[in-house]
Amino acid sequence: MRNAETKSELSSRSQQDLFDYLLRLGDDRLVLGHRLSQWCGHGPILEEDLALTNISLDLIGQAKFLLELAGEVEGKNRSADDLAYLREAIDFRCLKLVEQPIGDYAYTIARQFLFDVYDYYQMEQLCDSKFEKLSAIAAKAVKEARYHLRHSRQWVLRLGDGTQESHRRIQTAFDEVWMYTGEMFEADDLEDRLLEEGLAADLRTIRTSWAALVHQTLVEATLTAPSDEQYMQSGSRKGFHSEYLGHVLSELQILPRSYPGAKW
Amino acid sequence: MEDANKLKEFEARIERGEKIEPKDWMPERYRTQLIRMISQHAHSEIVGMLPEGNWITRAPSLRRKMSLLAKVQDEAGHGLYLYCAAETLGVDRSELVGEFLSGKAKYSNIFNYPTLTWADIGAIGWLVDGAAIVNQTMLAKCSYGPYSRANLRICKEETFHKVQGYEIVCTMAQGRPAQRKMIQDAVNRWWWPSLMMFGPHDKNSPNSAELMKWKVKLFSNDDLRQRFVNLTVRQARAAGVTLPDPDLKYNPETDNWEFGEINWDEFWSVVRGNGPCNRDRMRARRRAHVEGAWVREAADAYAAKQRAKAAKSA
Ligand SMILES: [Fe+2]
Ligand SMILES: [Fe+2]
Repeated sequence: MRNAETKSELSSRSQQDLFDYLLRLGDDRLVLGHRLSQWCGHGPILEEDLALTNISLDLIGQAKFLLELAGEVEGKNRSADDLAYLREAIDFRCLKLVEQPIGDYAYTIARQFLFDVYDYYQMEQLCDSKFEKLSAIAAKAVKEARYHLRHSRQWVLRLGDGTQESHRRIQTAFDEVWMYTGEMFEADDLEDRLLEEGLAADLRTIRTSWAALVHQTLVEATLTAPSDEQYMQSGSRKGFHSEYLGHVLSELQILPRSYPGAKW
Repeated sequence: MEDANKLKEFEARIERGEKIEPKDWMPERYRTQLIRMISQHAHSEIVGMLPEGNWITRAPSLRRKMSLLAKVQDEAGHGLYLYCAAETLGVDRSELVGEFLSGKAKYSNIFNYPTLTWADIGAIGWLVDGAAIVNQTMLAKCSYGPYSRANLRICKEETFHKVQGYEIVCTMAQGRPAQRKMIQDAVNRWWWPSLMMFGPHDKNSPNSAELMKWKVKLFSNDDLRQRFVNLTVRQARAAGVTLPDPDLKYNPETDNWEFGEINWDEFWSVVRGNGPCNRDRMRARRRAHVEGAWVREAADAYAAKQRAKAAKSA
């Protein structure tokens, strides 16, 4: 297929697929951006307040572009704000990984690192998507993802190879968060179809690169990678979420839900 | 004797409008007054993240959420440049933060008021950042080089904050009845505390004369406050909100908007720790400090290990 510039060039099947795919990408970033923003003013060091706020801002900016594009692809006149503020939890497509509360700083860093690695490889591949509007978003996002990854990886090393307490905390965090990593790579027919058309990223190769960098980093940080042979959560991409998502949305959506159609 | 000559030369330099730089001789009093002012200013930027941070997760659109995040991030940045400016005077940041956490050092009273609705984000940007700009524009011209430059940088960012806040005010003031009610309520609550940001009347401001002589401050508290009122009255009219002062009236002779008496009992009571959010703000900052201790220790331990490794391989 040649490069797809507008939705009229996409079959209605791919259009529906792409809409769902863009929600997956957008919702991950929106919800993780929300979680990170909860650190604002409460970080362990002023420099980290700045860094986490900055990363949150990047992620929400990416979510805005991705959801805008999703609305365009869907063709029902829904804006990024409509999609962010007026959907129910079961219509969100984010991972449970990003829904989890911020926990302590170790938990925030462990979750962020696992996501940043995923984000980086995903965006790197999406730079070559045949859907030009998506590849344009990815080209900007991959630069941001590289910086996010450098930040969280550095903190994994510091906490892993810092003090006994930090080592214990970050190890516990990885152990606790691990069961949410399985569904990052749950490829379904939808992604396979998009992949065939050159529109989506290949989760199988992302998984290989992700596992290599994660393991290499954990070893360097003197940490033990939890086993993949454990109970793994699944189903987020189909709308099966954790209970936390509803609470995130009740906070995030309060104003547009309370005053439908109002301008702010 | 030597000090008397040095002092004369120092004051002559200030008189000529030269900037004093960290390595230059300065009277001890100048140094301590600057440390007090700059560190209070820095603590204020940091505490200021809390009332606005309170609305980030509830911002009503992605665009508003992003500009609020960027704003609060800027405030953290201001805190950082100001701590750096204070460090040029021979104190370190951890010492200053310690004085703040112990309650010995003060921060701006304004951040001891709560943000009750989204409209408060508009009112703060417009009034609080607006008042801060009036003050910081003056400080950008002060005699101490590092503080003057920090304020110059800060003012550029504050201008964006004010524009964004004012835009929220105007949008809500033209919105639905419920939005108009919220914005008027926010303006009613933030107006007087904004006027208090300039500090006590000149006659009750013991440090003022000395600070003005050394050009740390170029205008008095009352002059700055009047400048702010004059600017803001026009903006309030254009936005369609009312300032909660029945005594506000224009005096054509002085070209000033005269205003009613500030409630100084409230001002001093908040300074002494009895404002609506003083305890919440201090508790939040202390908790962040205590809960972050293990993170800072880990970063130090890791850095030390890395240095040891580098030394070994060298
Ligand atoms: Fe500021
Ligand atoms: Fe500001």
